[in-house]
Amino acid sequence: MLLAAVVLGLLWQALALLVSRPILPGPGEVLATFAVEIFGELGLHALVSLWRVLASIALSVALAVPAGLILGQSVRLNRLLSPLLYLLLPIPKVVLVPILLLFFGIGDLPKILIIFLILFFQILVLVRDQAAGLRPELIDSVRSLGAGRRALFRFVYLPASLPAILTALRQSIGTAVAVLYVAELFATQRGLGYYIFLHGSTLFDYPKMYAGVVAMSLLGLALYFAVDGIHHRVCRWQVVSYEAG
Amino acid sequence: MIELERLTFGYSTDAPIFEDFSWSVDAGEAWSVLGPSGCGKTTLLYLLAGLRRPQAGSLHVDGQPLDRPRPRTGLILQDYGLMPWATVRENVALGLRVRGFYGPDGRHAPPDEVVGQLRERVDPWLERMGLLSVRDHYPGQTSGGQRQRAAIARTLTLNPDLLLMDEPFASLDAPTREDLQDLTLQLRAERDLTLILVTHTIEEAAFLGQRILVLGRPPTRRALIVDNPKAGTVEYRQSDGYASMCRELRERLGALV
Repeated sequence: MLLAAVVLGLLWQALALLVSRPILPGPGEVLATFAVEIFGELGLHALVSLWRVLASIALSVALAVPAGLILGQSVRLNRLLSPLLYLLLPIPKVVLVPILLLFFGIGDLPKILIIFLILFFQILVLVRDQAAGLRPELIDSVRSLGAGRRALFRFVYLPASLPAILTALRQSIGTAVAVLYVAELFATQRGLGYYIFLHGSTLFDYPKMYAGVVAMSLLGLALYFAVDGIHHRVCRWQVVSYEAG
Repeated sequence: MIELERLTFGYSTDAPIFEDFSWSVDAGEAWSVLGPSGCGKTTLLYLLAGLRRPQAGSLHVDGQPLDRPRPRTGLILQDYGLMPWATVRENVALGLRVRGFYGPDGRHAPPDEVVGQLRERVDPWLERMGLLSVRDHYPGQTSGGQRQRAAIARTLTLNPDLLLMDEPFASLDAPTREDLQDLTLQLRAERDLTLILVTHTIEEAAFLGQRILVLGRPPTRRALIVDNPKAGTVEYRQSDGYASMCRELRERLGALV
């Protein structure tokens, strides 16, 4: 992985030498700018973006997991709502950005909501399928141990849906950061999207613009690695069972 | 121990599986329930476990009408009873954790239950069932026999007085199956359990059931009972009585279906 990073850096450097114009500074210059800026202005913008993503994750998990568990358990409710989900799921949520901005104006809320919409449906569908896929024999045998609704939720449904939550997050975190970038281009003066746009199109400070691009990439990368790491720790049974199988 | 009086149950009202069905089981008895698939034997077990409710008639266990799973009844199913995301030890501890979760409320757990240290109650069972070496494995990493041993351990940690088993050994290979059948006999004697074991295998019914309930095509209205008093020891499998019991059961089943 380190080697891959070095190769990418060298390719970038070669391209920069080839183009040899200010719109493509070399990695050395960009990283130097990044190292300085991340402790200043860029760091603040990065924190704002990070907060928006984390708040969206928290919100979507908090709402999608219970909804998914309920749908997964109730065949009738699922039959009623699944056409609706079927229509809503493929909508590219990014086109809703202007609408959310109209309704919720400037500030963090519309940005958090747009990421929330992306994550919510992914988590909802995966948790629903996971809960529906639980074998009735398992539920019955745990009920026979004395478990009522609350204990079933605590000991069966919740641990069973964890892999689904983490898989959904892993699949959609990249999209979420991409859409955050688009959302931060409008009606805000904070966030990495704004930072990149400002330095690229208004101030023409290309090293800073590239530092912003690097920061946004690192944000996506770090979130992906975090989710992946948690998945490996929490869902060790899938890893070892997979290796054994 | 168990009293069924004029019980009626079916998944749809026009096709009852049991109709006006009466049956009783005394404490300490070992029963096999034998019948072809679709005869309603699993349904009967689910009724006894409190997981299904009769549409008419009454069902009493230990003198109490049964309207929910009873804390002192253990249920063991053919497969899929273990949680794939939990280790063998965590699975065995599940029943005790559920009890700790509710406290001794008399509904989910016996009113006099003190759960105490999980490890002290779980580890002896892991050892007794030969599961110590796989205690930190996940069910997917263990054999079918080990999974069934874990399911049995999980139930017995709760000190049941009634053990219900639904085709518990059907998916195991023959040596493992006989091994676990022997173990079931030992545990029943040790723990003074009332046992009801549902099976479609004539040999298993004859080996484990001192009394055998034979079910035919539904709806079942009358209980056909075959007494098999010599069953209950490991040696019985080698005896002539066992062989002739198997023959008798085969004829009875043939006459029913």
